[in-house]
Amino acid sequence: MLIPHPLLGLRDAQEFTYLGDAALLNRPDPAAGEAGFADYVYLRDNPAGVHRELWFHEQGDRSWLVVTRNTLTHEILGAELARDVKLGGTA
Amino acid sequence: MSRLDLPQSRDALIDRNRPLSFTFDGRPYTGFAGDTLASALMANGVQLVGRSFKYHRPRGIFSAGSEEPNALVTLRSGARAEPNTRATMVELFEGLEASSQNHLGGVRHDLMAVNDLAAPFLSAGFYYKTFMWPRAFWEKLYEPAIRRAAGLGKLSMEADPDSYDRGYLHPDLLVIGAGAAGLMAALTAARAGAEVVLADEDARMGGRLLAEGGLLDGAPATDWVAQVLAELAALPNVRLMPRTTVFGVYDHGIYGAVERVSDHLATPGEQVRQTLWRITAKRAIMATGATERHIPFADNDRPGVLLSGSLRAYANRWGVTPQARATDPVLIFTNNDDGHRTAQSLLARGVSLAGVVDSRSGARSLGDYTTHAGAVVTGTKGRHGLRRVQIRTADGSDSWISCGVLGVAGGWNPNVQLASHHRGRPVWDGERLTFLPGPDGPAGLIPAGAACGHGSTIAALADGRRAAQTALTQLDRTAAAPALPQAEEEPSAITALWHVPGQRRAWVDLQNDVTVKDIKLSHQENMRSVEHMKRWTTLGMATDQGKTSNVTALAVMAELTGNGIARTGTTIFRPPYTPVALSVLGGGDTGANFRPRRLTPTHHWAEANGATFVEVGQWMRAQWYAQPGETHWRQSVDREARAVRAAVGLCDVTTLGKIDVQGPDAGTFLDRIYANTISTLKPGRVRYGLMLREDGFLYDDGTCACLGDGHYVVTTTTGNAGLVFQRMEFARQCLWPELDVTLISTTDAWAQIAVAGPKSRALLERVVDGFDLSNDVFPFMACAELTVCGGLPARLFRISFSGEVAYELAVPARYGHALMERLMERGADLGVTPYGTEALAVLRIEKGHAAGAELNGQTTAAMLGLGRMVSAKKDAIGAVMSRREGLADDSRRLVGLQPVDPGQKLPAGAHLFAEGAAQALATDEGWITSACYSPHVESYIALGFLEKGDQRLGEVIRCANPLEGQDISARVVPAHFVDPEGGRLRD
Repeated sequence: MLIPHPLLGLRDAQEFTYLGDAALLNRPDPAAGEAGFADYVYLRDNPAGVHRELWFHEQGDRSWLVVTRNTLTHEILGAELARDVKLGGTA
Repeated sequence: MSRLDLPQSRDALIDRNRPLSFTFDGRPYTGFAGDTLASALMANGVQLVGRSFKYHRPRGIFSAGSEEPNALVTLRSGARAEPNTRATMVELFEGLEASSQNHLGGVRHDLMAVNDLAAPFLSAGFYYKTFMWPRAFWEKLYEPAIRRAAGLGKLSMEADPDSYDRGYLHPDLLVIGAGAAGLMAALTAARAGAEVVLADEDARMGGRLLAEGGLLDGAPATDWVAQVLAELAALPNVRLMPRTTVFGVYDHGIYGAVERVSDHLATPGEQVRQTLWRITAKRAIMATGATERHIPFADNDRPGVLLSGSLRAYANRWGVTPQARATDPVLIFTNNDDGHRTAQSLLARGVSLAGVVDSRSGARSLGDYTTHAGAVVTGTKGRHGLRRVQIRTADGSDSWISCGVLGVAGGWNPNVQLASHHRGRPVWDGERLTFLPGPDGPAGLIPAGAACGHGSTIAALADGRRAAQTALTQLDRTAAAPALPQAEEEPSAITALWHVPGQRRAWVDLQNDVTVKDIKLSHQENMRSVEHMKRWTTLGMATDQGKTSNVTALAVMAELTGNGIARTGTTIFRPPYTPVALSVLGGGDTGANFRPRRLTPTHHWAEANGATFVEVGQWMRAQWYAQPGETHWRQSVDREARAVRAAVGLCDVTTLGKIDVQGPDAGTFLDRIYANTISTLKPGRVRYGLMLREDGFLYDDGTCACLGDGHYVVTTTTGNAGLVFQRMEFARQCLWPELDVTLISTTDAWAQIAVAGPKSRALLERVVDGFDLSNDVFPFMACAELTVCGGLPARLFRISFSGEVAYELAVPARYGHALMERLMERGADLGVTPYGTEALAVLRIEKGHAAGAELNGQTTAAMLGLGRMVSAKKDAIGAVMSRREGLADDSRRLVGLQPVDPGQKLPAGAHLFAEGAAQALATDEGWITSACYSPHVESYIALGFLEKGDQRLGEVIRCANPLEGQDISARVVPAHFVDPEGGRLRD
């Protein structure tokens, strides 16, 4: 697979490590308590289709990316710096 | 014996001036450069080349390419022996050794041929139906017997002596296949300036143009091939890759290919044997050609029966025909015009023809030979090779024709496999009677030529050009259209004939011994999906993946179901297209090259000083340093551990992860990374820290040193160095990007040496540049930047893993070796001793320090007795979840254990039970995490987690290791075997 890195252009997926659902950006406030964190830590959607997910450019510039991928076709629909996504307030 | 004698102008593509000798089953033969093993065997009149998979029927060469189902041989001998090699793909070299497979005794008199008599019991699904009872017999009796009887070649069981490589290419256009379509596509794209890679599985490029014996622009087609290849080879934007099979299509235009770099040589010499290429192409053209199919009839598997197009290829390209005796005539059986083209080629080369049996009622000869129109082949004779063929003529009468070879032409199947690697379904073309690549193939892959039904030379040339122009347009390039060479029309005029019905067995899949009857039986037994039929009969499995049988089998099945071929559909094609050796997939990553090996800065020093090394992650670390006279590792380790407690020891601890954290918000950031508070740490001080996972379990531990305002150095365990860094980057970018902090890994930048023991301060005083090491100025948990050895920048941390006064001294990595030498030299009179990871572990177990075995992902801070370190005043990763019931209630605690009999060894991993309790899961009270012999205690000791362990000091419990029948009494003691008050390390 090739991932369109927003800073570095098309990069081979071998340079990245995969983490999973980009919902991991939405870490709850400690006040959410055990229930809120249990959802965050353990529950993930596993959609057949468009999925936003976290990839780490470990063999590259160490950027964490939010990659939008169709899990059925492996088509990559976009990639953003996770930092920008987080600062923009949506994940 | 059957090499055709031809005028030089029309000679085959072999070099008659370069004879090559080779052996087959130990007998010597001679061929020529340019031969394959198959063509050379034919030239020597060898028809019988192996035995079939299940019935051990005699088999001969069936094709001229990678689709070969029969002619599987073991190539070479010894460690280089390679079973199941297709003789049709092996280039002849001087001294080649090959042997036939799958027989007991000689290939001519295979004792396993009795299997053929047992055929009624070995029919479709016999695995599933037979040998069911008694159950216990399967593993011991049935399976081993079946494996011996029904098999392919055998592995040498020796290590592969060859090396492999991998490479990466990024062309604009990958052209797969260098036949008429592929060459025309490559030429069109190359002239337009695109970066082109042209790959072909054959050693010689040209595809069917080498086999047809036809004319292009009035000259032999091989002249045109040579001219195009010469032009391509001269262009800097073209890479020609013969002997390269593109075996798989992967996501986003990535193609896997194997280049057989030196398989055509006796040994690779200095070269690698094969290279695995990862080709990332903007567009690819699938000019993979087509594979001829046969027409099953009774006893159609005898040596001498082969595909008609292959027969033509052998005659034209290699100048051979496969008779056992040169004078035996050749018969053709066809349902389309292509069989007649073989007849023409053979006549042109002076081969004696027995005629053409053509199933089409109106068929006419295209030359001076007999055509039996409306006739079919109904049987054969000849034990080890074809002698006679029975035909049923249009009027229904049967007759026998003497011949040594029968070429079968059933039409051509486009090689659509690559287009189906992403589950794309081929579509049925009822007019051409073939499956064509479907519209849902991989993005960027453009089929061309025979691979998409344009099989005649003239159509393939035009279609290759069309495909390249399509690709270039998609890449925003314009391409002029090169002129097409003039070629003759080659009509097909095929009429459907999928098999000749009859009572005797008619083979569909030669490699797996699957007959028309087996497909019928599978249908009767309700295997209605092609996928079920495939698995029930094993059709289309093994090395050829049904290249010559799949479509025919589907047609037979469609006939049975009445569903038609289009609705019957195909099975799924998956990579690899042809077999790929596991060795090349490893790409040379074996043995010492399995993964990168990281060496510490003192590695060579350690090597020179008797170190034994151990792999820790990717690192090689000194495990112990054997001294003269030490014969057992324990002697070395005990000595090293004692030296640290009594004097001073040196240990390279470079491998511990070091992460430099800087920025105004660094303290806040670290407060969220660590469970305990870091932001209150003053410059010049070090603090022990615990990291949790977000689920509340312990993750990693280490020290955090504050070198200045907003500047920290975090250490991690060796194994987690990369992962902790990744997690910290996650926290920085994904959780709290608003914090002003930056991270960099400096693990490799600093050589760090632990200087531990009561004389460590005395030793360090001899290397620091006027730095005051006194306890008041530089106490336990202090850190500083300083210079040593006369100006070398260094960092010093007063931290202790052993429980003794200890320091870790860091210098730029390239000075690590020199620093080690300097410390050894200056400390000689102090008894300075290098120690390895084994003594390091002994020292830390004696001191009760947690390490990897205690931080195994199932333990909590509270279990280590460090529950209070998890701050409730701030947010940190894992803080909330660490307080959940399941974790907070865990009352197992870290304790020390000492065997009641000090000579008894405590096994790590043993489970702990109360004295007298039944030993079962319900009564399990914990486990031993780490164990060693302690020279300090003079007994084996251990650390472990024990239920309410902190309240059970003095109790005698049982340590059980049922795997080895061990059940040992041990006393519960504090986890600190050395200096429990911690006075020594603060001294």
